[in-house]
Amino acid sequence: MKLIEAIIKPFKLDEVKDALNEIGIEGITVSEVKGFGRQKGHTELYRGAEYVVDFIPKVKIEIAVADELVAKVVETIENTAKTGRIGDGKIFILSLDEAVRIRTGEKGDEAI
Amino acid sequence: MIQRCIKLLVALMLLVTPLTVLAEENATSAAPATVSVQTPAPAAAPAPVAAPAAAAPEAAAKNVEPVLNTGDTAWMLVSSALVLFMIPGLAFFYGGMVRQKNVLSTIMHSFVAMGIVGVQWAVVGYSLAFSSDLGGLGFVGGLSKALLNGLISFKDGNPVYALFQNVPTAPGAIPEYVFAMYQCMFAMITVALISGALAERVKFSAYCVFVLLWTTLVYDPLAHWVWMADGWLFKKGALDFAGGTVVHLSSGISALAFITFLGKRHGFPQERMAPHSLPLTMLGVGMLWFGWFGFNAGSAIVGVNCSDAAGGLAGLAFATTTIAPAAAGLSWMVAEWIHAGKPSALGFGSGIVAGLVVITPAAGFVQPGAAIIMGLAAGVVCYLGVLMKAKLKYDDSLDAFGVHGIGGTFGALATGIFATVGATGLLSGNFQQFVTQVIAVVAAAAYAFIVTLAISFVLDKTIGLRVEKEDEIMGLDQTQHSESAYN
Repeated sequence: MKLIEAIIKPFKLDEVKDALNEIGIEGITVSEVKGFGRQKGHTELYRGAEYVVDFIPKVKIEIAVADELVAKVVETIENTAKTGRIGDGKIFILSLDEAVRIRTGEKGDEAI
Repeated sequence: MIQRCIKLLVALMLLVTPLTVLAEENATSAAPATVSVQTPAPAAAPAPVAAPAAAAPEAAAKNVEPVLNTGDTAWMLVSSALVLFMIPGLAFFYGGMVRQKNVLSTIMHSFVAMGIVGVQWAVVGYSLAFSSDLGGLGFVGGLSKALLNGLISFKDGNPVYALFQNVPTAPGAIPEYVFAMYQCMFAMITVALISGALAERVKFSAYCVFVLLWTTLVYDPLAHWVWMADGWLFKKGALDFAGGTVVHLSSGISALAFITFLGKRHGFPQERMAPHSLPLTMLGVGMLWFGWFGFNAGSAIVGVNCSDAAGGLAGLAFATTTIAPAAAGLSWMVAEWIHAGKPSALGFGSGIVAGLVVITPAAGFVQPGAAIIMGLAAGVVCYLGVLMKAKLKYDDSLDAFGVHGIGGTFGALATGIFATVGATGLLSGNFQQFVTQVIAVVAAAAYAFIVTLAISFVLDKTIGLRVEKEDEIMGLDQTQHSESAYN
């Protein structure tokens, strides 16, 4: 099992969600996050003063998947979240030791 | 880029100048009934036009027995309420521009001025500004109208209300209570304007004492100088239709004086101190513009004909108060677009306020063509004024000096250039009027600056002007008022 964390541009969220649904992913967790990568921040103007805002709003998606689905999920996110411009985001793949469905007590792949 | 802007503006002014002169010539034939001084007579000619208190009621009684004009009275009551509405407008305008931790304290700076000045004005303020001169120097009024004394008397047990009549020969008048309250609103907002420079670091107790001292020692004498029949600047013929010198220049310059003792906010200018709620600020701009119609169109009572308080002159002032800020909002926006790359909402809103400031002294003295030029210039001049802060590194938190000080100065001078209605300015060949305006600006600015420096110095040495560093970082809402704006 793996936990896939993808940081993407907020406006791509719906597209990515629909694409993941199509390949059979049933559950995702989404959070609004802020950060910066090579894109760095942006500037805001107030009365002639320019402020550099370091952190840019992004969306983080977390998906727990069985090992055999990892490649497909990553590929799907990569394809749908891509604009080709700087700031498209990152995908991280983490090892997942265990998963438990609270309602039934199922564990491992069954719980995902 | 800035140079290109200035060149464009100068070219525009040169283009429109002949039109203005032409318009002025036409105005002689199609002059509104209110205009009595049309010839470009120098020096003394504009004098009777300029003052709101052109003749005290007692003087008026010598000529024509004043008759209450209910239409004028109704408009002046509405105007007074409109000017009061500017103060919550200012509170929102400033409140949105500070950081979240200081919004309530900033709003309080405007509101508490209503409280303190509301009482001060009734007790001594009105008398110091608008009663007969003390000592004959044209500097300040006496205490004959302290506690609004003499505005009401009783005959056979029935109340008799004193009437304020601007021009002795005009039949129309309004109750003096109405005039006193109308002027009270001006005093309230003027000191509140200064708070824009002090925001986010001033001690509330020191601010409250400052409001009382400043209004008494600076505002009241200045109002007497410029608007009272025996004030020395009034006698010189200085033009100030609705408070360019008395309200905006004095508050803006005083703001600069105050912050020399107050010092910069911790973290300024490196730390990001962006406005926490621009919608609040834009709401404030809208309220200010709305209230400003009372400020400027209400000031038609200062005109040549008191019975015209709700007449043609008020109409002209209403028109210029619509046109100039519209033009100034656009010119600030364009200047910022060219200079910084994007047109910000705060920039457009600030431009509107700058236009309102600049047209204030001129509202009833210029025609719409000149109002457009003054507005267009106002946006650029005040934008440059605000940029100056970043260059010179003084911390005028919300640009009270940049917008009101510089805008007020520019407006007062521009009035001496563009005046064509009821007075003539430089473009109509009246060089003397321009000189008078320069004298008024320099005198008012120097007086406001020096007295404010003295008040600030004394407060700094006694109460202390600013909060502790720890309190400033925590925010004034918590440390000064034990409240928070958003829970």
